[in-house]
Amino acid sequence: MAGLEFKDIRKSYGNVEVIKGVDLSIEHGEFVVFVGPSGCGKSTLLRMIAGLEDITDGDLFIGDKRVNTVQPRDRGVAMVFQSYALYPHMTVYDNVGFGLRLNKTPKDERDAKIREAARILQMENLLDRRPAQLSGGQRQRVAIGRAIVRNPDVFLFDEPLSNLDAALRGSMRMEISKLHQQLDATMIYVTHDQVEAMTLADKIVVLNAGVVQQIGSPLELYNYPANLFVAGFIGSPQMNLLPVTVEAVDERTVTVASSDVPSTRIPVASARGIRGGDSITLGLRPHLLAHSEVGGITGKVLLVEHLGNETIANFALNSGEQLVAALPGSAELSNGVTLSLGFDVADARLFGTDGTAIPVADRPFR
Amino acid sequence: MSSPGPQKSLQRHPLAGWLMIAPAVVLIATFLVAPFVLAFGYSFTNQRLISPNPTEFVGMRNFEQLLGIGVLTLSPEVDEAGSPVRDDDGALQYPRVRDYTRNNPDYPHLEGMREWFGWNWGNDRVLVLARDLVFMKALTNTLIFVAVVAPVQSALALLLALMINQKLRGINVFRTIYFMPVVVSIVVVSLLWRFIYDGRNGLLNNLLEFLSFGLFQPIDWLGNPDTALWAIIAMSIWQAVGFHMVIWLSGLQTIPVSLYEAAEIEGANAWQKFRFVTWPGLRNTAVLILVVITMQAFALFAQVDVMTDGGPVDSTQVLVFQAVQRGYEQQNIAGGSAISVILFLIVLAISITQRYLTRERT
Repeated sequence: MAGLEFKDIRKSYGNVEVIKGVDLSIEHGEFVVFVGPSGCGKSTLLRMIAGLEDITDGDLFIGDKRVNTVQPRDRGVAMVFQSYALYPHMTVYDNVGFGLRLNKTPKDERDAKIREAARILQMENLLDRRPAQLSGGQRQRVAIGRAIVRNPDVFLFDEPLSNLDAALRGSMRMEISKLHQQLDATMIYVTHDQVEAMTLADKIVVLNAGVVQQIGSPLELYNYPANLFVAGFIGSPQMNLLPVTVEAVDERTVTVASSDVPSTRIPVASARGIRGGDSITLGLRPHLLAHSEVGGITGKVLLVEHLGNETIANFALNSGEQLVAALPGSAELSNGVTLSLGFDVADARLFGTDGTAIPVADRPFR
Repeated sequence: MSSPGPQKSLQRHPLAGWLMIAPAVVLIATFLVAPFVLAFGYSFTNQRLISPNPTEFVGMRNFEQLLGIGVLTLSPEVDEAGSPVRDDDGALQYPRVRDYTRNNPDYPHLEGMREWFGWNWGNDRVLVLARDLVFMKALTNTLIFVAVVAPVQSALALLLALMINQKLRGINVFRTIYFMPVVVSIVVVSLLWRFIYDGRNGLLNNLLEFLSFGLFQPIDWLGNPDTALWAIIAMSIWQAVGFHMVIWLSGLQTIPVSLYEAAEIEGANAWQKFRFVTWPGLRNTAVLILVVITMQAFALFAQVDVMTDGGPVDSTQVLVFQAVQRGYEQQNIAGGSAISVILFLIVLAISITQRYLTRERT
């Protein structure tokens, strides 16, 4: 069992740099999720840990061993692929035991380990089947079983649930989470689905265009996004990002306004670098907007989605910007109605001209 | 959709479909079905290419003529004292085979046969006789050709496919080079290889002389009964290996990369990856290639026709060449047909056996 340490990891294909210097440390037993849009380099990063891609520059440590040039089989990792990568001509039993067979584990021990993995994953009844006779969820179970029997230091998951339907994805997600607790192993999980990231992770690494945007716990990322990218990526529906102008600045507050947003004083930890007249961005979570009689942001209802427990409403604002609000319960709204929405200034997030967050006042933890 | 009335009714006419497949049916019937049926029919007659006499049904006589073999055991000649007669070199003396196969009323079943091969059994000499020696040579040569070409060509093609399946710069150049002989006419290739194999100034002799610093004595590869068939085998393997390489390659590319990656992480070395991922993934391709190569090898004709004409001393006679020679040069259509039928039955039997041996086991 081991943690991982990334030191300025880089990856280039020819002249194209796809991973632009990642520094990251992962503790033993942590569940870390790499999340980001397609092509952000998250899978490449995972494959570099596995040893399937060369590391162009930087150092990667698993435990205290530098593994840049170590063969995949000697890195103590096991990987679960999006396509499951089961050997089609072998039974489930042989698939799960393949790695053990390769490293010449005695037959009794091999058998015991395979059956133990099958028990953990509740697939004892599938051992004699071939992959073609299994459903998608069962195949993924086998792929995970194949990883478990090798008792690796680090589990790597490359979008393991992407090929499953929504209901199955939910239940497999819980099983993986349970497995993590059961095995007490370090797990690194790649996904583009922020719900998977939020529900599974101890620590989320948000990547965009080969650069780490933010590293933190799910709630940290949700409540205190470090920049506009993370603000827009984490949370569903997306955070509303409205352009505003700075009216006044003092040490602990920034007053912003726009044609949509009435003049509002927002408390900050430090307003360094912000000047009056700057064009900055105001971030408001849809769930933190509420109907208010006075003041607030006024908009016309464009579209209403009733989800039962909440109502998602799209508003058109005066400036042409759109705003999404998630109102509790089944709010009685109809298209075309004009409504005023208020928010608590402590929930508002500000992003400076360069897109990075302006530190929030009264942040409970760092 | 609205189409004009007449067209609609034509399309719906029950004969319309038949009319549309008619060209294909006519062509297939004329050039595939009819010759096949005719060959079967002729093989039971004494049909000549041109003959004033009417054709007669002769039953199995053509096949008996072709396949007739007999065994003759000869004891050494003994003198009056009963001890074997030896010649000046001390070799045993045996009676002449002709005495048994020509007008010998005691051995009617050996009538007209000639010595094929034989071996010594104690002091006795066992001889296998064949009624049609040339056919027997053609049959054995064909079987040797198939037995060598099928495994060697498929293995070589797989090796090439594995090599060019790598992601390297300029790999397409190699793909093209290996495939080139396939698109060149086999007749042209055969002509070129006649120069390569030439006994005096052939490329191969020159090359071997050069590589051995002049120690190598030139061989007339196609003019020597010991080397002629092997020369044709080598050239045939070279010529079609590119075609099978491409089929292997297509099989290789259906194997997902992630399987190799999974195997690599699980600790498989190069051989184990081939053994547990590549080879099982190529199963169906392997069956196809084996069947195709076997059939192509049995159909060997052009190389022999261009390079050796079956010689020297029938050392490169093969079945298809023999069928053509007999049917057209000797004007014995019935004999040629009988050879074709035998060839058909051999190929059919081998294909069925291969299918059975490589069947999907569940």
